[in-house]
Amino acid sequence: MHGRPRKAPTTEEQEASAIKASKLRSLQSQFLQLHHNKIYTKEALDVSAKLLESNPEYYTAWNYRKLAVQHNLNLPEADNNEESIKSILDEELRLVENALKRNFKSYGAWHHRKWVLSKGHSSTDKELLLLGKFQKADARNFHAWNYRRFVTALKNIPDEKELEYTTERIYDNFSNYSAWHNRSVLLSHLLKEKAKGYSPKDNVFTEEYEFVRNALFTDPDDQSGWFYHLWLLDQTVKLETLVSSWPPHGCNLSLPMDGSFGDCSFSPFTSLQSNTRTLPLILYFSEVVENICSSTVEVECESIVSNELVWRSLSGDETASTHAWLTDLNFPEEHANSLKAYQVKVSLARSQGIFSSTGVHHGNSSHIAFTVSISPYRSEHVDLKNEEKISWNDESFCTHEAQFLESVLANLFHIERTKGDEKVVDYQWNVTTVDNEIAYYRELLATMNCKIGKLTLARLLMAHDTLMSYTGTSHRNFSHHTEILQLYDDLKKMDPAHFHYYQDEYSLVLLKQIISNQDLLLKHCCKYRDPSSPKINNFCLRLNDLSLSRIGSMEKLLWVQVLDLSNNQLQSLEGLEVMQLLTCLNVSHNKLCSFTALEPLRMLRSLKVLDISYNEIGAHSIDTRRYLCSSPLNHKSGGDWKAEEPEMPWDKVADNWEVYTIFKDLNLIQLDVIGNAVSDDKIKLLLIKLLPSLKWLDGEIADN
Amino acid sequence: MDETASYPPIEPSNFDLIVVGTGLPESILAAAASAAGKSVLHLDPNPSYGSHYASFPLHEFISYIQSQSSFEPSIPQPDTDSGFTRVPLTTRPLYSSVEITSYSSEPLEQSRKFNIDLSGPRVLLCADAMINLLLKSEVNQYMEFKSIDGSFFYDGEGNLENVPDSRSAIFMDRKLSFTEKTQLMGFFKLVQGHFEAAAAADGGESKSISEEELESPFVEFLSKMGLSSKLKSIILYAIAMADYDQENGDVCKSVLKTKDGIDRLALYHSSVGRFPNAPGAMIYPIYGQGELPQAFCRRAAVKGCIYVLRMPVNSLLMDKATGNYKGVRLASEQELYSHKLILASSFVFQLPRPHSSPDAQQNVYCDFGSKNTTEKLARSVCITKHSLKLDKANCLAFFPPRSLFPEQVTAIHVLQLSSNAAVCPSGMFLTYLSAICKDDVQGKKLLHAAINALFCIPVSGSSENDNSAENQSETRDAKPALLWSVLYIQELTKFQDVLDNIISASMPDASPYYHDLLGATEKIFEELYSGEVFFPKTASLEEGAVEELED
Repeated sequence: MHGRPRKAPTTEEQEASAIKASKLRSLQSQFLQLHHNKIYTKEALDVSAKLLESNPEYYTAWNYRKLAVQHNLNLPEADNNEESIKSILDEELRLVENALKRNFKSYGAWHHRKWVLSKGHSSTDKELLLLGKFQKADARNFHAWNYRRFVTALKNIPDEKELEYTTERIYDNFSNYSAWHNRSVLLSHLLKEKAKGYSPKDNVFTEEYEFVRNALFTDPDDQSGWFYHLWLLDQTVKLETLVSSWPPHGCNLSLPMDGSFGDCSFSPFTSLQSNTRTLPLILYFSEVVENICSSTVEVECESIVSNELVWRSLSGDETASTHAWLTDLNFPEEHANSLKAYQVKVSLARSQGIFSSTGVHHGNSSHIAFTVSISPYRSEHVDLKNEEKISWNDESFCTHEAQFLESVLANLFHIERTKGDEKVVDYQWNVTTVDNEIAYYRELLATMNCKIGKLTLARLLMAHDTLMSYTGTSHRNFSHHTEILQLYDDLKKMDPAHFHYYQDEYSLVLLKQIISNQDLLLKHCCKYRDPSSPKINNFCLRLNDLSLSRIGSMEKLLWVQVLDLSNNQLQSLEGLEVMQLLTCLNVSHNKLCSFTALEPLRMLRSLKVLDISYNEIGAHSIDTRRYLCSSPLNHKSGGDWKAEEPEMPWDKVADNWEVYTIFKDLNLIQLDVIGNAVSDDKIKLLLIKLLPSLKWLDGEIADN
Repeated sequence: MDETASYPPIEPSNFDLIVVGTGLPESILAAAASAAGKSVLHLDPNPSYGSHYASFPLHEFISYIQSQSSFEPSIPQPDTDSGFTRVPLTTRPLYSSVEITSYSSEPLEQSRKFNIDLSGPRVLLCADAMINLLLKSEVNQYMEFKSIDGSFFYDGEGNLENVPDSRSAIFMDRKLSFTEKTQLMGFFKLVQGHFEAAAAADGGESKSISEEELESPFVEFLSKMGLSSKLKSIILYAIAMADYDQENGDVCKSVLKTKDGIDRLALYHSSVGRFPNAPGAMIYPIYGQGELPQAFCRRAAVKGCIYVLRMPVNSLLMDKATGNYKGVRLASEQELYSHKLILASSFVFQLPRPHSSPDAQQNVYCDFGSKNTTEKLARSVCITKHSLKLDKANCLAFFPPRSLFPEQVTAIHVLQLSSNAAVCPSGMFLTYLSAICKDDVQGKKLLHAAINALFCIPVSGSSENDNSAENQSETRDAKPALLWSVLYIQELTKFQDVLDNIISASMPDASPYYHDLLGATEKIFEELYSGEVFFPKTASLEEGAVEELED
């Protein structure tokens, strides 16, 4: 079915097709006439049948057939007469079969067949025979496989039997994406039901790894098996667990009430610039989860009522299932001059219904505990408006004293493990399996140069490191980051068509390498040395000039307050939404090509300083991300759209609604947009209107 | 000579071609000549078709083998009494060292249910020239075939392992290491790519195997491609069907070149799946190989060829003056004339050299048909009640050189057939073995070793003890117990004798296929009737429809 070159039609063929088209047209108009007049006689049905047999893609005719069937089944002579009901439906099945013979990839025809069978009057015995014929003609036809799942569900054919069927088809020819896919679907079912012989999961997967390995080694250039292997790997590494939180487990946090850092500056990770008594609490999970709410997460603290907490998902598109979840902890106002410390304990119980995206129960109960110290309220409130401009020049940063940094980072690395009294999970099988696979694919790559083999090895090594980090035995000396980076470098050269994908993966690994390695991370931590500007946490993470095209490892960066991502190749800021403490962000000199790429920033309520200068905003006429962004047309977030604000220059907003959507809720003091295609006076005027707190725009005092 | 009276006279008495013997090459030639419009008379002294290519019930098989062995023919001298020089025609024994062992009376009791090939093991590769000829000549309509379900090789340690001969076979194989899977499939793809490039570029530069490599020994090329010794052995002996140990230059009498090796590999691969109802590369005729000569004879008869069986030819008639062939004198004493004569390979005669004096010595006579050869072929047929492989009825197997003992210089071919090919009673299995050897002693040693490796040989006296097979260790297929076996050594002459208008056809060769045999036969036709088409295409045929395999 594949790889057949298209031939230019000859003159005769063109003529024949013109005659056919005109015949079809007249048939079609005849049919539409009947359809509009709701005529469902036998003669009328024959017209539609003729039409569908020559053009199965004509959806209107299928819908007409459905109306006709409904109509005819309700006629008095068909009422309760099994015989005539059956003959009406059998006629439909016959028509579908003929239509499928013409084009067995016709969605309309397959759908019609499902519809007829769902009526429940037809025998399903013939269906598998028919499928057998179609699947013999084209073993990979996904329509047939899809329909097969429908029929087997209808006939209650056990998954085990269907699994055998996929094995047979794979033995026939293992280049069969559909068969491998169906295998993964069936196995997921069987494992979920813990069917006989399909538990424990370990044994089943060990066999599956070996099964697919036969295909991969026989023909490494065939991609279908690799997809299945990827699924298996995903199942092996996937563990629903709480990976990190902010505040981290075991930390001692101080919350100064005057917006300054006071004497807490020695611990930049655990002190927070704030002038409210509100503290964000973030939970970060290894998998996308849903149903995080006051009934699934219990917060114990003397001044907080757990039931009243409102949990929000932290994702760009605000769907209800995501990695990171946020709630605000409000501490009561203190009048006394003494320091008040609160013990906070957060518990996730396994039985309380946290679901991962695949519907699997969140496996482990876990808890985190930390202390929040609220320092006394000081009367001299610093006026934010008087703040100096923040400069991102290299000269503004200096390295910390090594000793100081080490103590700080050691602290961070220590509290990162949120083990608590979490049940210890045995990852032995997972680790052994992944190690085993690594050895095999190293062997394969030793005999041949195969791009998908390299990609798989890179993924396996990454999986290995991830598992090691779960077991808590990870050590930077045993990580494979350097080798993985080399593999992606090779792939970029071998397979330039997928350069951007490899670059993205490369960026994620590079970030992981920096963040998981204390020495490397030290090199990227700087001190903002302008003493006249005490209002930012002077501890800055600088990830500039690394050619990053994507950002990741966010679970390890929840503490960051000042972040420099300038001079990279970022096209999107996806992931930044979880950095709820971020106050200063520099993403200048990247490849952001529209305001919609800034969407994740909407959720950063603490953001004060933003540099998006020298990007490509407005340089591309088509914004491929636009549909992902909330807009007045998007009913999901339509509530954000407050048209009654009188001060808004609505004519400008209409042209730049994404600017409005992104900036309206931010409280920026400083913003740089220079060096973008859109940074004209009109936009600047709009930004000044949208951001009343803005003090600096493009280095100049913003004139409100 | 009482019988002479019962021979009816043959009409007419002049033919374009007389063929003596109904072996496969003779039958193909008779059919080809008839199809080309020649008048042909086809004679055989035996009561049945097939000569040395026949299939017989067990009793007949034994008596035929015995009748064709162990006698020294005395070749009578020509008699010049009549108008022609009468050159007496005699047969020479093709078989020697016949050794029959019976452990059970069961096979002989069911003798008529067997169809045992004289020239086994032999199968048809689905893509080879023989199948094409069957389709082209419409001979296939007289035959039915059964699929060969599997192919195995002996690993030297008592196990028969699957020959991973296709992509899905490599995928399913459980014995190859994963790296070997990559290597083997990579090699198959390389060869396939070579032929595709050759087809596309019309022999251009883009071929993936260089000219130099094509001329080099196949075994060297395989080593160069980094294949493990196990894979080399599989490709050389189980797929490319090399006879001699290719890795030992001292004993290897025919080195397989890369060019021929990849041709055989490609032929094998194009055979897999050619016919939808034959999943493997090979098929076998139901009722035995003997069906093939019979089917060609039927074809010839349709085209006007006259058949007379049970009709020995006593002597050839030569022109007294020129010494040229004129005709034959039958046992019925009738004399028939033809331009040309084809003799089965077992016929011999002595001819006076032309222009020599009448009172010449023995040494001036020229022997026709009895060439001395340096090679022989050991064959064996074994009967068992169990299959070599549990779930396989019909299968091939190979013993690569050195897999049985260090001095084993040639590969041994094995074919097991079951009752579903209608060659033995149900519940029994027929196994053919063959190996090239230099003499009878070596031949017997080779086949005895192979038989010992495959079967459990009952201790004499306890011949009915079937259960010994079941007592074998469970880790491998239990060895089937041998019920009956025969070993014999066949002469192996590769060249056809040609004398004037008399041509000798080929004797059964050592190949397990028909490919070489057909090539030689086509060459004879070319010599006889150069310029004539070898089986002109009669009608367009629907290939899929004609290949009828019973299941």
